[in-house]
Amino acid sequence: MTSTALTLRSGRADTKPHGGVSWWLSDVWEMTLRNIRHTLRSPELVSFSLLQPVMFILLFTYVFGGAINIGGGRYAQFLLPGIFVQMALYGSAAGTTIGIATEMREGLMDRFRSMPMSRSAVLVGRTVSEIFRNAVTVAVTVLIGLLVGFRFLNGFLPALGGMLLLLLFGYAVSWFGAFIGLSVPNAEAAQAAGAVWIFPFTLISSAFVPTGTMPGWLQAYAAHSPMTAAVNALRALFSGGPAGSYVLQTVAWSIGLIVVFAPLSVRKYAASSR
Amino acid sequence: MPAAIEVAGLCKSFGSVMALDHLELTVPEGTVHGLLGPNGAGKTTTVRLLSTLISPDDGTAEVFGIDVRSDPRRVRSIIGLTGQYAAVDQLLTGRENLHMIGRLFRLSKSDSRARASELLERFDLGQAADRQTKTYSGGMRRRLDLAASLMARPRLIFLDEPTTGLDPRSRMAVWQMVRELVAEGTTVLLTTQYLEEADQLADSLSVIDQGRVIAGGTPDELKAQVGQDWVGITLIDGAALEETTRLLRERLGTEPVADPETLVVHAPLADGGTLPDLLHLLKGSGVAIANVAVRRPTLDDVFLAVTGRSAEHRTDQRNSGKDTNGKDTERS
Repeated sequence: MTSTALTLRSGRADTKPHGGVSWWLSDVWEMTLRNIRHTLRSPELVSFSLLQPVMFILLFTYVFGGAINIGGGRYAQFLLPGIFVQMALYGSAAGTTIGIATEMREGLMDRFRSMPMSRSAVLVGRTVSEIFRNAVTVAVTVLIGLLVGFRFLNGFLPALGGMLLLLLFGYAVSWFGAFIGLSVPNAEAAQAAGAVWIFPFTLISSAFVPTGTMPGWLQAYAAHSPMTAAVNALRALFSGGPAGSYVLQTVAWSIGLIVVFAPLSVRKYAASSR
Repeated sequence: MPAAIEVAGLCKSFGSVMALDHLELTVPEGTVHGLLGPNGAGKTTTVRLLSTLISPDDGTAEVFGIDVRSDPRRVRSIIGLTGQYAAVDQLLTGRENLHMIGRLFRLSKSDSRARASELLERFDLGQAADRQTKTYSGGMRRRLDLAASLMARPRLIFLDEPTTGLDPRSRMAVWQMVRELVAEGTTVLLTTQYLEEADQLADSLSVIDQGRVIAGGTPDELKAQVGQDWVGITLIDGAALEETTRLLRERLGTEPVADPETLVVHAPLADGGTLPDLLHLLKGSGVAIANVAVRRPTLDDVFLAVTGRSAEHRTDQRNSGKDTNGKDTERS
């Protein structure tokens, strides 16, 4: 230890009891920054989260694509919006679920909960940082999509709007992931719970095949799945066609997920005890 | 002026296990209070209740007069917590960790930065300040953890087994820091299973077992409950055993215990004799002495005296998990 004499006691922090919006924003910013640093410092995790979509793009384009009748047009053009949404789901839901379940076992959460910071900031920072991570992985996926023949045929603004819609949907789903992560007993359970629902959820939709060949009852579900709404919205925005209703549905689903799962998650976090 | 900690009738159960059973505790400001007890005694539960991580089932707990249940947020702004597990972000650097904690404690950006640098230097982490903490040794992480609890200059610090798992050098360093903090007026609540640690650091102690305080006082008072000091005199020649025993019996008025194997004669240092007197007496009678040792009663003796069980043998299950586990496993 150095012998530097220091006055530990002078100038103690204020004991102001309650914060306002600016303190909340400051807490959220610190938590977001922390999680963004995690992403930047574990590039291997980002690479792994890209493996799956890349594999899907290649498999579906070159193996299944030729056998799937999408009623004209290039399959890559049909496929990529589905891949984007699926990837945002994987990243947001599985990533958040496992990340939060792991962190809840660590001492750092006890430290945060013993501090005067906002309780919701821990989760808000986490989910906001997912937007950043999703933006990175989507950008890479777009490049790969361009290589296999996908094009933005509908102009710049709709393309940009589609990307923002995708990030919003991913953000909303990450709150669902946070809730699951706070509900499971450990990281191993989170591993299973975080991913198990995603396959049926993404496949029973218009993402990879037209829904017309599914049995009637499944079609009814697929037609109303938020996955279908998001994929159809992106398809319309990227390739042309009536997008309005799908965009609205996706926004509504997103807001609904946030409104339900954000308060539930914050409550669970505040009440949790290692 | 309210006490730093005032706890009355505190109860907390986890399922059917009563972790705290009407716990009483008062800690005056500016002192170090040691919570001593075996694993599962309720030490960590007490700390978690006082640091607002869990709520009590019954009873009251106040920190500087603020009720932990009704105003937890104000309590949080004046306490620092260092738990059993180093609570630092492994992917951030030491400096980033401290700066983040400072900002979350509402320090301004410049204050937080200055304070982080100051503590990193003080805790001998200046060289490692800009490395990710996953590259730190266990001792370094603990020091950073302690530094993090000090970022906002808390009036009360909880140290939950702060040296468990540390090597002797790091343990000494932590002890030194605790002494400096107290010299500056900070109040410390320390939990430990190390009897020596409590003896070294604490002004007063509560020995707890099964969620209740079973003995309390200063370390010296507790030892006095057990008895006086013992002297052990090692002889050079076994032939002098009988003579030495007789001399000591006459002088002290108590019965010494002679061990022919080790050539040691043990005797309680009662009122009749001080150590120099005894040595003078033996020397005058021509008894050749190889070694003299005075043993003060340890806190383990205290534990044995109040509970009838050794504290040491129940601490074997250290690291077995939560404080509330294993409560009944070694009861004899």
